[in-house]
Amino acid sequence: MEWISTLLQGLLLGGVYSLFAIGLSLVFGVMRLVNIAHGDLIVLASFTSYVVVQALGVGPLMSLVIVLPTFFLFGYLVQLLVLNRTLGDDMLPPMIVTFGLSIVIQNALFDVFTADNRKLNLGPIETASFRLGNDIAIGIYPLAVFAIAIATIVALQALFYNTKLGREFRATSDDAEAARMMGINTKRVFAVATGIGMVVIAIAGVLMGVRTTFDPFSGPVRLLFAFEAVIIGGLGSIWGTLFGGIVLGLAQAIGGQIDPQFQIMTGHIVFLVVLLLRPTGFFPKVQH
Amino acid sequence: MTNQTYIVARATTASKAALVIMVSCVVVLLLVPLTGDRGSMRLIVEICYFLALAQMWNLLAGYAGLLSVGQQAFSGFGGYMLFAFVVYGGLSPLISLPLAGILAGIVSLPVAILMFRLSGPYFAIGTWVTAEVFKLVFFEIPLGGGSGMSLPIQAIRDISPTTEGRELIIYLTALAIAVGSVALVYSMLRSRFGLALTAVRDNERASASVGIDSFRLKLGVFVTVAAFTGMVGALIFLQKLRISPGSAFDVMEWSAGIIFIVVIGGIGRIEGPFVGVAVYFLLRETTANYGAWYMILLGLLAIVIMLFARQGLWGFLAERYRLTVFPIERRVRTVEPVEKAKPSNGISDTAISNLSLPPF
Repeated sequence: MEWISTLLQGLLLGGVYSLFAIGLSLVFGVMRLVNIAHGDLIVLASFTSYVVVQALGVGPLMSLVIVLPTFFLFGYLVQLLVLNRTLGDDMLPPMIVTFGLSIVIQNALFDVFTADNRKLNLGPIETASFRLGNDIAIGIYPLAVFAIAIATIVALQALFYNTKLGREFRATSDDAEAARMMGINTKRVFAVATGIGMVVIAIAGVLMGVRTTFDPFSGPVRLLFAFEAVIIGGLGSIWGTLFGGIVLGLAQAIGGQIDPQFQIMTGHIVFLVVLLLRPTGFFPKVQH
Repeated sequence: MTNQTYIVARATTASKAALVIMVSCVVVLLLVPLTGDRGSMRLIVEICYFLALAQMWNLLAGYAGLLSVGQQAFSGFGGYMLFAFVVYGGLSPLISLPLAGILAGIVSLPVAILMFRLSGPYFAIGTWVTAEVFKLVFFEIPLGGGSGMSLPIQAIRDISPTTEGRELIIYLTALAIAVGSVALVYSMLRSRFGLALTAVRDNERASASVGIDSFRLKLGVFVTVAAFTGMVGALIFLQKLRISPGSAFDVMEWSAGIIFIVVIGGIGRIEGPFVGVAVYFLLRETTANYGAWYMILLGLLAIVIMLFARQGLWGFLAERYRLTVFPIERRVRTVEPVEKAKPSNGISDTAISNLSLPPF
């Protein structure tokens, strides 16, 4: 019974990781850009929500009304003004620019907020749970996060396959040159894609900020989890990221059950084993 | 057909002058201990190991195209191996230094075989994950665990009975490692090995067609760099006298800092890390009172460089004024036979076909 409970927790944790991974996968899928600042942007979203909560006295969920548009705009502008200039055959510039962004975010947050742990407060719902049988309890909040992860995937799926914007995304992803010839403004497409990626990042940041504590330097770990989920699931596949997130969540939960010290390590090792046996992940599909 | 003679020029006047300046700099640095200024000596030791780490990352990323964000795995591992040799092997720290490097090289072999399956940015993050695994492993094994360990006093006395003597020995070792890192990269790139490496970097497919095995070449660079990085790591923690998983495998200091140094100075040029290290220490020492601000400035500077001058500060200057301190390229000049006048003085097709270099 204890094990079933562990597996359920791992499954739900996987929902959080796939939320981390979707933004990374989306931006990579459309413009082949790996954003090293991804984890730090998640933490930045948690801090932004924290500031909004403090300043306006609203709950973390209400803060999304401000955080989401802010992050969309931020992503749109950073892509348009900075990252678009770095895209090309050479992968060094985008990597260094996002790495630079990562360092700037971390140290700026440290300068303003110090290294203290913080947490977003949602009240009693955080710890509420319902019982399944006699021994298994499922947290309502983790379940809600899992549902939000699936809803996000469904929404992105619909966006990609049922809208004009989605068509432009897919066309640009397949062949940016040809898309430009067809009159698509690929620079704007990239900016919108990063904007949407940042919205997912903001959702992940706020939801994660309620679940666990964060500090200015918790970004890199989040980036690595996101990256591992993307690779396990297979590059470019949105449903693959859900699968990858769940595999990672289960691995960590099982490792943690054996010995709390092994939680993170088990996740890394499962990732390395997948890399060794199936380097392209389980559902590889680089084009959406 | 006329018989032409060719000269392969491998140095310029400027580079010969620069060599003289470099040698005099090393001589001056050798004289610093005479002043007895221990603060400066400690700073120079630090500059030396940052320069050595930067040279190694530059060889890895700038010449072999392997953008690793996980080199802290090898510097941290080297540091730990030094402590292991001293504490459990009873060896002297100075003998442990190269041994730690060799072990780091051996460990890097399976890492490379796994990581070479990833390309581009995925290689970057994959190496980072590997370094995290190294860190988590050292949390568990009996070398101080999570809280770390100090070098035993007996071992410290082994180096030299006095603090002054110990600092002098570490100073000279650091200097030797810095000079060694530059000499290693320089001589490697001037050899046939370097020629093959540049060929792979410029066009991997074309280089394969002339028989260069790029996998073996990159593997060779990865292992060499890991070994040297491990030795530098051993020196770093020999100077610090204390090691813990958090400090040994710190991605910010040992990876981000080094990468920014190379990129700001000029990636793919031996002179780049020198300029980058100078910028790094200038920023760090002048903003010492403002906490983490030098890292913010360093990150911003790296972004600006990538947007406006990808060749880095040194690259920008070198292209403008045609400077080169470490000439690694070959310039072919034809020498006209005296008895026969020839109308053309450029390099003809015959000249190129006559010039044969041994295949790699």
